[in-house]
Amino acid sequence: MKDIAFIVIGGILVNNFVMSRFLGCCPFLGVSKKLETAIGMGVAVTFVMTLASLITYILNTYLLSRLGMVYMQTLVFIVVIAALVQLVEMVLRNYLPMLYNALGVYLPLITTNCAVLGVTILNVTSGYNLIQSVVNGFAGGAGFTLAICLFAGIRERLAISDFPDWMDGFPGALITAGLMSVAFQGFGGLIH
Amino acid sequence: MNAWKTIKNGILDENPAFRLVLGMCPTLAVTTTASNGLGMGAATTFVLVMSNLFISSLRKVIPSNIRIPAFVVVIATFTTIVQMVLKAFVPALDKSLGIFIPLIVVNCIVFARAEAFASVNPVGLSILDGLGMGAGFTLALMILSSVREILGAGTWFGIHIMPAGYQPMGMLTQPPGGFITLGIVLALVNVMMKSYERRKSARKGIQL
Repeated sequence: MKDIAFIVIGGILVNNFVMSRFLGCCPFLGVSKKLETAIGMGVAVTFVMTLASLITYILNTYLLSRLGMVYMQTLVFIVVIAALVQLVEMVLRNYLPMLYNALGVYLPLITTNCAVLGVTILNVTSGYNLIQSVVNGFAGGAGFTLAICLFAGIRERLAISDFPDWMDGFPGALITAGLMSVAFQGFGGLIH
Repeated sequence: MNAWKTIKNGILDENPAFRLVLGMCPTLAVTTTASNGLGMGAATTFVLVMSNLFISSLRKVIPSNIRIPAFVVVIATFTTIVQMVLKAFVPALDKSLGIFIPLIVVNCIVFARAEAFASVNPVGLSILDGLGMGAGFTLALMILSSVREILGAGTWFGIHIMPAGYQPMGMLTQPPGGFITLGIVLALVNVMMKSYERRKSARKGIQL
């Protein structure tokens, strides 16, 4: 139980995927101009990360390791993630059109979100078991959602503030993210 | 002329990290030391060139509605090759780049060039585009990692270069330093590109 709690706190606060591991920076910087879209992206990523952790764990343990084909990991994982995203898209479109419309554009983008492939590889390198992997996937996604929502909230306010011309856009956003990252470092003492 | 333009495009006009702001995860994560930056740049350049080469030569064979999975498989293959080569010959670099080597698969730069350039251009030009983009990315990583290593640790490629009394700014090698350094460098690049373009248009005005 204790290790599960550590994984959750670690994934969300201490080793936040965006703020301290630099995974998922592209959507973090790209789709964080509005709070609403940031929430949509966060939910979709969390969902896919949790599912991907589950499926890649099963594949890696019962197929790749047994056959001695661990070197195929990257290739197998990315294909699984791409297929998974496609599947999630189809299921949502048919059964939950409300959610599908809300997430719409963000779903296909998740395939190239490195937080998803990142968490599946981290699960393997950290030697997590099935439950730990799934929890890690979920916690990573929750951490991503937290970071992108906070950032979007700040950017909504920055949009109306008066930046010097050359700081407008990405430079300003990156320095804001840097200051947020400093704040997240404050959680460093929670886990040893 | 066209060949030179393609290369220059990747290094200057459409520098992937500074102008297009793609591939941010490795740009921020591995630029803690200059040697990491160079290693990551070289690895990405290899994958870029090879995937551009293969996707461009297969561009008439791959049906357009399954092109994305096809690209993914090609890119993942070359990433796996890089991963194995690094593990075998430079294990130290492999260890310090860690998870970011397999993550070249989901580097938006590689994907964007496959989709936007290699799938519609001949093989020769696509290789040059891969080289140009790779060089541009490596250059960006080198600039960032040099700033972070020199100011953050007082060393460059592991060699002490700052005077003995220099107090390193440790924060620059930590995660926040990545965001802040990239933000400041991007702002400087914006300023420089603006004056470059102004001069270019002024020169054109004279010619007209």
